[in-house]
Amino acid sequence: MDALILQALNGLASASSLFLVASGLTVIFGVSRIVNFAHGSLYMLGAYLGWTLVTRFAGGGAPGPLGFWGGVLLAALAVGLIGVAIEVLLLRRLYRAPELFPLLATFGVVLIVQDLALWAWGPQDLLGPRAPGLHGAVELPLLGLRFPRYELFLIALGPVVLGLLWLLFRRTRFGLLIRAATEDREMVGALGVDQRALFTGVFFLGAVLAGLAGALQLPRESVNLHMDLAVIVEAFVVVVVGGLGSLGGAFLAALLIGELHAFGILVFPRITLVLVFLVMAVVLVLRPHGLAGAAPAAVPPGAPGAAEPVIRPAPLALRRFALAVFALACALPSVLGDYALSVFADFAVFVLFAMSLHLLMGPGGMASFGHAAYFGIGAYAAALLAHHLAAPMAAGIALAPLAAGLAGLAFGWFCVRLSGVYAAMLTLAFAQIAWSVAFQWVEVTGGDNGILGVWPDAWARDRRVFAWLALALSAGGTLLLLRAIHAPFGYALRALRDSAPRAAAIGIPALTVRWLAFAFAAGLAGLAGALFAYGKGSVFPTLLAIPRSVDALLMVLLGGVRTVTGPIWGALAYAGLSEQLVRATDHWRLLLGLAIVALVLFFPEGLAGAARRWWEARESDGRR
Amino acid sequence: MTGALPPALLAVEGLEARYGRARILAGLTFHVARGEVVVLLGRNGAGKSTTLKAIMGLVPPTAGRVRLAGRDLAGLPPFRIARAGLGYVPEERRLFAGLTVRENLAVGMRPAPPGRQPWTEERLFALFPALAALRDRPAGRMSGGEQQMLAIARTLAGNPRLLLLDEPAEGLAPVVVERLAEAVKALRAEGLGILLSEQNLRFAGAVGDRALILETGAIRWEGPLATLLAEEALRARYLAV
Repeated sequence: MDALILQALNGLASASSLFLVASGLTVIFGVSRIVNFAHGSLYMLGAYLGWTLVTRFAGGGAPGPLGFWGGVLLAALAVGLIGVAIEVLLLRRLYRAPELFPLLATFGVVLIVQDLALWAWGPQDLLGPRAPGLHGAVELPLLGLRFPRYELFLIALGPVVLGLLWLLFRRTRFGLLIRAATEDREMVGALGVDQRALFTGVFFLGAVLAGLAGALQLPRESVNLHMDLAVIVEAFVVVVVGGLGSLGGAFLAALLIGELHAFGILVFPRITLVLVFLVMAVVLVLRPHGLAGAAPAAVPPGAPGAAEPVIRPAPLALRRFALAVFALACALPSVLGDYALSVFADFAVFVLFAMSLHLLMGPGGMASFGHAAYFGIGAYAAALLAHHLAAPMAAGIALAPLAAGLAGLAFGWFCVRLSGVYAAMLTLAFAQIAWSVAFQWVEVTGGDNGILGVWPDAWARDRRVFAWLALALSAGGTLLLLRAIHAPFGYALRALRDSAPRAAAIGIPALTVRWLAFAFAAGLAGLAGALFAYGKGSVFPTLLAIPRSVDALLMVLLGGVRTVTGPIWGALAYAGLSEQLVRATDHWRLLLGLAIVALVLFFPEGLAGAARRWWEARESDGRR
Repeated sequence: MTGALPPALLAVEGLEARYGRARILAGLTFHVARGEVVVLLGRNGAGKSTTLKAIMGLVPPTAGRVRLAGRDLAGLPPFRIARAGLGYVPEERRLFAGLTVRENLAVGMRPAPPGRQPWTEERLFALFPALAALRDRPAGRMSGGEQQMLAIARTLAGNPRLLLLDEPAEGLAPVVVERLAEAVKALRAEGLGILLSEQNLRFAGAVGDRALILETGAIRWEGPLATLLAEEALRARYLAV
């Protein structure tokens, strides 16, 4: 009994920290509609800056009360200013861009901050100072249990912050404007309110909360470079479960997730990682807008936003060019060396991976934030067949798309019923569930050690033959996808994207079409995954992790989501760039992050989009 | 000809707007004086709403000038245009549904320019007495007529010099439309300029001074509203569906 109570109290303390992070995230989303991936980085910076300020204030010895609390508050304020800088320099330029662009830009910021933190504080974990005045444990009245003072302080802090935010929102003009802008920010502007100042203020508030939460972790755990992604995923879950933009919902969800963690370890120690995402998936399926969220207001008619360009058959010149490139690709393996051949096979895999995601994002108009799940499931299907049944490669390559496609059918059934950010977050949840299974089901998947020895059959073991095989399967899958886009199925998909109610009114079964597209894309991602597994000879849980999903998103956006073949060029350019960066420099995260930010700011149409614009300008000049 | 008239409060010259490649407004030129109600008439899709949005900066104009008391506002962001003295009441009203009546008004509140009597909560409730009883009710839980009054009151709270009203009478009961007409006349008497987009000729006839008839983004007819009401042929030509 005592253990249960202690565990419940531990859960409450975690819930408070989680709420601090999630409250900032949800307020920022409510007003700006930006899913701020960098919120976890702000939390991490709060912890690092807090560590520096607290130890610096104390001058080497144990910090006094002023040193500790002053350091924590200063760190929170400094992080607030960093948040303002991110808003003013980067995000302000992206408010009119499609939803995914700001999200990717903030992911670029995550990479940049990781490298900067590594450079400033080094790779080792930093042990934080204890909080003066809150040392040790205290006997709880009535219960007769001893519990750490600092944890009690955290338990109290959550409701206090919720109360302060409530006062801010209900009693100040700033709060009033935030609530109004959360409902209709354009109308707030038409009433004479400078939205830029409002957004900057909101970012400051959100970043301060994240920085505070980070700095307050100092007495609880060591500061390290993995804090950012660990906390952002949890914070996303809390925000989505609570309902985007809802503070009360975030508080409720933080309690739910905090307690789930605390008791999940006791009851289901083997599936702790899955548990949280299972709960999120269940909540989203039952309440598509979270516990306390409302359905977003419909986009007012006549809202600015460029119409999607019409997809036409490729012009003859482009077909000839594509044919020439393919011929070159066919010829290339005969002259490449061993290392280049394996890179070549990787590129073929990435092209198929990116093209499969593009079917969802471009013609489908759906944002998948967990496409790595299907890539990874395909890879694991091939590896498990090879490892446990010693199946030949042909079986693996045939069954992997099937396995991934079935997973796509299962996950997609839920995902296509949601829209926008909620749908994207649900795909992320399913991907994390798949990742957790690969990570925690050690007997079958080998856990973190992965599965080794997944090699191709003897006839394809030669790197040159395997490169050709990868090219053939990638090209085949790509052609299948292109065929689907230009088939009646593709028309139906695009009609649904452009106007779901009108498409439904002429008899297109919206959910079925999207569901099939989801499964189709998942199956081809699985094929790509299986090829990747055979090419590398091994599989690891990282194949299903978030960065892999982000890779796919970046390839599609770099190529141009509004083009048809753009993702091919995007995959080649992105894979080439990251390959070069990783080989050439230790600071590849920084450079890659900067490249992502530059891409989002200056090439929102992607490479193929820019090429098309250039081509069309040339054509219309020629006609004059 | 313009020399004889008092200087226009709002002067629009060659206003043009596009959605993508489609040109919605093909160079509009007109003006609205202080204490004048100008009615934009025309069939669905003629460009009435877009005209108001382009003046407000919600649809960026691609050419032309929008001058309020001599100051050019075209190309400015909407919040600057609002601060310069233009008040916009959208067709869909776009109230903050989760905020109460008083909170909606508070969002719209802006200081009045010197020398003018500011719109306080009391004055707004005097103009629309129905709102006073609902002051603490969320805007999402009010009738259509009440919502329309609140939308106008919220914009008035910013003390505009000219009001852009987009189809305020749409979908409202005749008795509510009458009350709305009274309010518009009271505002005109205060010296506010009003540009009104309307399909309801009865409402337009009750409050309007002049009419502009829009067709495919251009002004086809311009003149006193009384003339339009008197001439059946004119109405049949431009407004009959």
